[in-house]
Amino acid sequence: MKKLLLAASAAALLAGTWLAPAQAEYLKEHRGGTIRLLARSAAGTLDPHINYTDQGWQMYQPIYDGLVAFRKAEGIDGFTIVPDLAEALPQVSNDGKTFTFKLRKGIKFSSGQDLGVKDVVASFQRIFKISGPTSGTFYAGIVGADKCLADTKSCTLEGGVVGDEAAGTITINLTKPDAEILYKLALPHAVVLPADTPAEDMGSKPIPSTGAYMISAFDPNKGMTVSRNPNFKQWSEEAQPDGYPDVVQYDFGLSEEAAVTAIQNGEADWMFDALPSDRLGELGSKSVDQLHISPLSAWWYAPLNNRLAPFDNEKARQAVAYAVDRNTLVKLFGGKVLASPVCQVLPPDFPGHEDYCSFTKNPGAKWSAPDLDKAKQLVEESGTKGQKVTIIVEDTAISRSIGVYLQSVLTTIGYVADVKPISSNIQFTYIQNTNNKVQMSVTQWYKDYPAASDFLNILFSCASFREGSDASINIAGFCDKDIDAKMQKALDLGVTDQKAADKLWAEVDKQVTDKAPAVGLFTPKRLDFVSKRVGNFKFNRQFNWMITQSWVQ
Amino acid sequence: MSNEAVAMPRKTRGPWAVAFAKLATDRAAMASLAVFLLIVLACLSAPLYAKWADVDPFASTLDAVIQIDGADVPVMEQSTEGLGLGYTPLGPTWRLGNYFLGADSQGRDVMARMLYGGLISLLISGAATIFTLILGTAAGLIAGYFGGVTDTVLSRLLDVLWAFPIYLLAISLSIVTIAQGISIGPIEIESGSLWLPVIIIGIVYVPYVARPIRGQVLSLRHSEFVHAAVNLGVPGWRILWRDILPNITTTLIVFVPLMMALNMLTESALSFLSIGVQPPAASWGTIIQDGQALLYTRPLVALVPGLAIAVSVMALNVFGDGLRDALDPRSKVRLGRD
Repeated sequence: MKKLLLAASAAALLAGTWLAPAQAEYLKEHRGGTIRLLARSAAGTLDPHINYTDQGWQMYQPIYDGLVAFRKAEGIDGFTIVPDLAEALPQVSNDGKTFTFKLRKGIKFSSGQDLGVKDVVASFQRIFKISGPTSGTFYAGIVGADKCLADTKSCTLEGGVVGDEAAGTITINLTKPDAEILYKLALPHAVVLPADTPAEDMGSKPIPSTGAYMISAFDPNKGMTVSRNPNFKQWSEEAQPDGYPDVVQYDFGLSEEAAVTAIQNGEADWMFDALPSDRLGELGSKSVDQLHISPLSAWWYAPLNNRLAPFDNEKARQAVAYAVDRNTLVKLFGGKVLASPVCQVLPPDFPGHEDYCSFTKNPGAKWSAPDLDKAKQLVEESGTKGQKVTIIVEDTAISRSIGVYLQSVLTTIGYVADVKPISSNIQFTYIQNTNNKVQMSVTQWYKDYPAASDFLNILFSCASFREGSDASINIAGFCDKDIDAKMQKALDLGVTDQKAADKLWAEVDKQVTDKAPAVGLFTPKRLDFVSKRVGNFKFNRQFNWMITQSWVQ
Repeated sequence: MSNEAVAMPRKTRGPWAVAFAKLATDRAAMASLAVFLLIVLACLSAPLYAKWADVDPFASTLDAVIQIDGADVPVMEQSTEGLGLGYTPLGPTWRLGNYFLGADSQGRDVMARMLYGGLISLLISGAATIFTLILGTAAGLIAGYFGGVTDTVLSRLLDVLWAFPIYLLAISLSIVTIAQGISIGPIEIESGSLWLPVIIIGIVYVPYVARPIRGQVLSLRHSEFVHAAVNLGVPGWRILWRDILPNITTTLIVFVPLMMALNMLTESALSFLSIGVQPPAASWGTIIQDGQALLYTRPLVALVPGLAIAVSVMALNVFGDGLRDALDPRSKVRLGRD
């Protein structure tokens, strides 16, 4: 792991040197103005330790900082971890269980307070004190986390996060080595906030930040104003670069149709929500220069309940996987430009991904066509023909149409199927809870960080399944002890040899795919529509478009 | 003039004949009835139309190709300009039996779905009307006739129902039952069943029928013929069945078209919100919902069912008004909370 970290630091240094003059020149020329963004609604709480949405995480990038960060670079370079508030990547000792960071000096919060070691220690405690959504998963390996999870209010993380004010260092001790800890520390849930930030969800109240920008106004029903942090001085271009616009004005409430029109008319610069499907043709032909298509590390899939009939039968699950025409689903999503057929778990260009598809007409590396004969034969063999299946989908145009299509497929291969669209606000938790006896559903998974375990271990490990809980992310209820052991082995191997671990993850991916706990549908792409005046559009694979790295004048 | 002629008993028409004769002269009501019957007939022909057109209005047919003037035309056409983003469903061909109104986002024949959707909308609104009338009449008769505690309890229950905004109540009930259906003792209704919207719509409108019926029964309860029957020892249920019910029949008949119009609107609203008729089944509300995502490119998919609802509801309302005027010109039966 040490070798990997050193290599990453060297690459980061080289890239920074190369980029510096260009950014300085551009900043002089294009600095200023207000960039106007639109979204149908706010992303929920402003609290970065709690907010767990794409929309929120994207906006936090120029605002908050952690000890380390994902590099603010275009494309897959955005998966690289670079030091942020820490001077350098941590010193790793104690067999990969201790990480020592040296905090940069001279950084101030937007409130004027100096950043200090105590802020870092308090921020880690706060993750647990507020019962952060990932406190029990991402950060549960920190020494003392178990006590904090049991008694959140009096969390001290004693022995887990140790600050040394004099030396300006923070030491994080883990109970066991974790190859992914730096990714987890670079997420918004681990950003550093002032030590006196109340240990409660701050909701609509902005928290002072260290980044190039700060949240200066917020009304969840109207919008958010993000302006320059007066105390910001760029310390690392790749971790927290200065931005171009003076103000980011994010307005909420406009429908997608109205947002498209506003951008076309130059009244807004970008919209967060997906473009309405019936405007795609028009925009794709008339506004080509304003569209940006970027790959996503995401997976649209249909979990099949491995603990309920008919999908407690492996052959029944495989039958569905054979029968689904991924090209049709791609068509429903907007065409090949916006999605690619898939039948395995790990997305393309992702660590551990090796092209593989067993459930297709000609099994091999890629999906080619559905095999309905094989599917019908498997349904016969499984003895589940004629059984009732209900598909639970989100009440959105795309999800509903995918549900209706899947209903047709199930009917064709011999099931009596119906579709139930339920509100997007509750569908994701509803399908997780075993009490709701969901047989099949349609959902999506977007990576938290670029590691195979974020898909395979989270979605299909025995530990991710919780009976009767709304937070049972293993929606399929899949639990295979052998595959589980292999996943654990891959996690352990990642600490010393990530390449070998990724090989192992590729095997796990194939094994999970073959067991068909869920049917892979397609890999989506992100389509960003910007106004004519937006320049320097850069898409980061970790947190999407880097808003303040674009200019509007 | 002979005395004989004066003594001859004159043949007079009964009240029903008079009412129907009066209704027959109401041109607006008769035209509305004709329009509504045409819609009903068209909807009843849905299975025949689908068979004739050789289409499955419920299955996704995204790869279908049809023939127009000898040329193959895909039902879903991919944009070929620029980036080639998105697919656009076939527009109206204006050829009966061949995607007359075009296709929806699943490549299904909109005309066939319109007819099936109408059939389901009519069935649900009709069945819900019967359900409402039975419950509302029973509640109104019992409360009005027996009075006292029975009346107080029933009236307060109706008041509770009445206190909720109708759509809010219908939406709440639908959301609660949409995923798991209804299971009360021996009564089990599956979540996808069409009986669910029937029962929900039927229940929320009960006070609209029960309250005016109760008022009429209260007044009839104190009429001489009812007093006479009571004094003769006729049992209460028999008085209700033989003496009171026949006297409120005209009111009930007037309620039928008016309630049906209201129910049709409610069913469409619930289906539009995905909590009424469930996909892939169609109702005019679900077709509007499907068409919502196509408003920019294929507005007819949403406009046609909207128009069908508007015409049907208007026809039912105009006919209902005519029926009320014909059966009981003094009646003040109006649906609503005035």
